[in-house]
Amino acid sequence: MLKRLLLATALGAAAMGAASAQTPVKVGVLNDRSGVYADISGEGSVIAARMAVEDFKAADKGLKVEIVSADHQNKPDVGASIARQWYDRDGVDAIFDVPTSSVALAINQVTREKNKAFVNSGAGTADLTGAQCSPNTVHWTYDTVALGNGTGGAMVKRGGSTWFFLTADYAFGQALQRDTSEVVTRNGGKIVGAVKTPFPTADFSSFLLQAQASGAKVIGLANAGGDTINAIKQAAEFGITEGGQAIAGLLIFSSDIHALTPKTAQGLVLTEPFYWDLNDATRGFSERFAKQAGGKKPTAVQAGVYASMLHYLRAVEALKSAKDGGQVVAKMKELPTDDPLFGKGTVRADGRKIHDMYLFEVKKPSESKGEWDLYRTLATIPGSDAFRPLNQGGCPLVGKS
Amino acid sequence: MAHSAAAASDAASPIAPALPEGHDAKGFHRMVFAGIAVLLVVLPFVLYPVFLMKVLCFALFALAFNLLLGYGGLLSFGHAAYFGMASYVSAYTAKVWGLTPELAILAGTVTAALLGLAFGALAIRRQGIYFSMITLALAQMVFFFSLQAKFTGGEDGIQAVPRGNLFGVISLADDRVLYALVAVIFFLGMLLIYRIIHSPFGQVLKAIRDNEPRAISLGYRATQYKLAVFVLSTTLAGLAGATKSIVFQLASLTDVHWSMSGEVVLMTLVGGMGTVFGPILGSFVIVAMENYLAQFGAWVTIIQGVVFVICVLVFREGIVGLFARLLKRPL
Repeated sequence: MLKRLLLATALGAAAMGAASAQTPVKVGVLNDRSGVYADISGEGSVIAARMAVEDFKAADKGLKVEIVSADHQNKPDVGASIARQWYDRDGVDAIFDVPTSSVALAINQVTREKNKAFVNSGAGTADLTGAQCSPNTVHWTYDTVALGNGTGGAMVKRGGSTWFFLTADYAFGQALQRDTSEVVTRNGGKIVGAVKTPFPTADFSSFLLQAQASGAKVIGLANAGGDTINAIKQAAEFGITEGGQAIAGLLIFSSDIHALTPKTAQGLVLTEPFYWDLNDATRGFSERFAKQAGGKKPTAVQAGVYASMLHYLRAVEALKSAKDGGQVVAKMKELPTDDPLFGKGTVRADGRKIHDMYLFEVKKPSESKGEWDLYRTLATIPGSDAFRPLNQGGCPLVGKS
Repeated sequence: MAHSAAAASDAASPIAPALPEGHDAKGFHRMVFAGIAVLLVVLPFVLYPVFLMKVLCFALFALAFNLLLGYGGLLSFGHAAYFGMASYVSAYTAKVWGLTPELAILAGTVTAALLGLAFGALAIRRQGIYFSMITLALAQMVFFFSLQAKFTGGEDGIQAVPRGNLFGVISLADDRVLYALVAVIFFLGMLLIYRIIHSPFGQVLKAIRDNEPRAISLGYRATQYKLAVFVLSTTLAGLAGATKSIVFQLASLTDVHWSMSGEVVLMTLVGGMGTVFGPILGSFVIVAMENYLAQFGAWVTIIQGVVFVICVLVFREGIVGLFARLLKRPL
């Protein structure tokens, strides 16, 4: 009798507790708000995060979500000290976005040390789910391996059998060339040549002439940021795509294409996990987003922040607490993902989010109906093919689970 | 002849502080040192320790830079090379070789000293803007070396550097313990710089800064003095960089980039060039802006620019230089 009474009181108290106390969740959106990645992530990512909290109806589900944001200026030490301060002093439970690989890897480390959660959308380094993978990190949107895979594999299948690379002469460019070359040759293509370009450089003319003379069907741009944009601009001046050669960008986003305009970038082939004009759900989201973002359509990274925030909140709701970052990330891996932008997917044991990627071609100006009408979809790359296989990343977490 | 001598001294010391060094300065400086020591103990209870450690690393860096610019009259545009290279070496030896933190910091510092000796020997052969350009060019070479070399990890940098155990015994995992170490390193570095400035060696340096031909005519070997102060400055800059990599557990391209060389010039000028304590305040101001204004995004760089312009227009001698003028004492 006494036992039952106690049980009843305990249950009653638990029910009361759940009804009255809201679960506090504080998330930080940390990205580049002033430099080269400000258009890809920046304020747009904060808007996307806010929209996710609204769409999740967090308040109705007992979550009290607060969002803070900061600029890491693409400096790892600035990023790491903001992260430490957020975790130690400000009670932040999770950090989102974080473009720039060096900063992302630093936050990855701090988050693991403090047992919080890190949901990356903006960075490209595949090390986050490879050698440096962590039980506290989910890598959502893309990585350089997936981009190389997508563009390399899909281009060869569509007849782009011979490749010439313009490779930025540093570790990142060389890794991009190596990974893409492997995919190209595996799919039966051939590498006819490559030229190393200084990093950074403004003059690609002699390298483009070499690429033109090589007779390769595809010119792969194994570079990033300003280098890619310069190369594309100068390729347009040389009339390379009109000459029958295709240019493949291995790391470039819709905001870059928008800045370049279809006139300059036409014919460029690239891989992205998201484009605003894919289906009704993405169009609906992008329209709402554009209203808050001064007419800009969301980039893949911003869409990734939205989708990953939804999934994160789902995991926090299931656990009724955001305090133990390791548990939240484990829950995110356990629950299947489903959101309007990336569809159904999963988060793998190494933290890699799996979804489809798309091969796009930039439209000709004559085909483009508006400022943001940029891409034509060439192929859908299923998630299982797009990303690096689980056992090849060298992630220590994979053996255990 | 007299004309050319005047021109040479102009080139060697673009802006020299015209402050008399009184005998009462020593006692006053002792009080300031005591004040700084008290602040070092009290501040971590008020401000976030990791932020303070960052300030202290940059303050030491700026102090080292100021030793060269303010007292040697040599404007180096490439101090990031020594700061950054030391942080790479310290991070690498701590992570890959498994050295204890004090040995890793020492390794970084020694690297910066050797690099400073090699680069300094080349750069001091020229004066004024040519000296600055040579240091900048050499620093750019270090940047591209760091970008390409295998051990630096390219643009990802060296991550996940262990904080380790000091002397193999005391764990530095706790921020407060690490803070104590950084505070001690900073304080000793500052005392060393103060001692250098006020030694006979420092007097000769100031003489060379103010009028190199006259110092030579008095029998001083100016180039040897310049090389010595250059190496001292790079060594201390290296000490700051090596410590920073242990604090943040990473070393990256940011630290060797030319903008870091610019940042240290900014810190020194805002605080007060040629004052002992100016660079400390200057680095505090700049790092605090970077940290606490982070949520303003793009505005940080604009605010920094405005602050710099105001500093240059309103008080050219820097914040501490202004105080020194008001107090009529050298600081």
